[in-house]
Amino acid sequence: MSRRYDARTTIFSPEGRLYQVEYAMEAISHASTALGILAKDGLVIAAEKKVASKLLDETTGGEKIYIINDNMICGVAGITSDANILINYVQTAAQQYLYTYNEDMPCEQLVQKLCDLKQGYTQYGGLRPFGVSFIYGGWDEHYGFQLYHSDPSGNYSGWKATCIGANTASAQGILRQEYKEEGVTLQEAKNMAIKVLSKTMDTTALGSDKIEFATLELVDGRVVRRILNQAEIEALLKENNLLTKTEEAK
Amino acid sequence: MDTLFGITGKDFVITAYDSKAVASITLMKIGEDKSRELNPHTLMLFSGEPGDGVHFSEYIERNIKLYGIRNGMELSPRAVSSFARRELADSLRSRKPYSVNLLIAGYDTKTSTPALYWLDHLASLAEVPFAAHGYGAYYCLSLLDRYHRPDISEEEGIKLMQKCIGELRSRMILNMPDFVAKIVSKDGIRIVQI
Repeated sequence: MSRRYDARTTIFSPEGRLYQVEYAMEAISHASTALGILAKDGLVIAAEKKVASKLLDETTGGEKIYIINDNMICGVAGITSDANILINYVQTAAQQYLYTYNEDMPCEQLVQKLCDLKQGYTQYGGLRPFGVSFIYGGWDEHYGFQLYHSDPSGNYSGWKATCIGANTASAQGILRQEYKEEGVTLQEAKNMAIKVLSKTMDTTALGSDKIEFATLELVDGRVVRRILNQAEIEALLKENNLLTKTEEAK
Repeated sequence: MDTLFGITGKDFVITAYDSKAVASITLMKIGEDKSRELNPHTLMLFSGEPGDGVHFSEYIERNIKLYGIRNGMELSPRAVSSFARRELADSLRSRKPYSVNLLIAGYDTKTSTPALYWLDHLASLAEVPFAAHGYGAYYCLSLLDRYHRPDISEEEGIKLMQKCIGELRSRMILNMPDFVAKIVSKDGIRIVQI
């Protein structure tokens, strides 16, 4: 394994690998987990928040889950500042499509747009790749509810359930076991998400202040995105008997 | 470039255009094609300045076709019209705007409904049950107001179109040569004898 080729992103190693891209993915494996699950009637994206301190100002919005446009949300794992740039780009791209076609951008096209950008940083410019992986969840009239995952290489694929960040090996294994072939309902997906999250989170004490949770579904033919607030997350934890004693004692 | 017509029915749109190409006082050609198929279920008719019409419509045609090839799916008639309108709007505040008027007739396969859009060179856009461009509009819109219903069949649509063309033949000072009529439906685009 020759280290001489690490210096530049735009060079293959002798074994045909792009080290910088791999190092970016290594960086992401240290970030907190985010997962997404597709249901028949919606989808859910859940994430663990890294720092939960009393001193944190909670009002300025989450760091893991973002709204892209009227019909898409996404979860992030990796370097937050890199993520911000990409989120901004993809939000702009979605609006640009709406401006041109007066219709919401189809989910896969939006994912492709971002992936094309990420790929550029692995081939030219001499700049390092973005250290972020995404889970995108959205609905469009062409393919209904969809879940996608993209990584720093610019590759993407569609999933029924997937996860990014730390402990993905174990999380993916649990998802594979739990997910039903014939599909799940949104409620089942929510319960599954919170259960898997609790199993893979490092901390023993599970609190609503350490979790970000969002759902996307169709209500009366319109897409409704919900980012759950702390009380709703707490209720979900309670339903699944995941509230730790210290939480209940509060 | 002269008269364009469009009439929607229950599950189709019938369009017609006069096929003459005129330069000043001379009839240059009969059998001119004033339409372009943008995708399997969307047809665009154009009129206005002769060179602009072909240039603009082929530009739109290529872009819509490219979208279909790139993304493996057709753009809906509404999205196609919004795209064309955006191009007209950008052209309007440029050095020399396109002088093109359009009718975009489409069948939305997602919602199974026909749609007709009227656009002009000032980048207006309106979805309408029936429409016309050119002098022919002055004679025929009132006819369409009187006889059009949203749920007419193809046969009735053709008869209504023939009524309009008949009116032009009897009242317009210029001789009206053959019109070319095309129908857009769930099965695609086809020519009909009018």
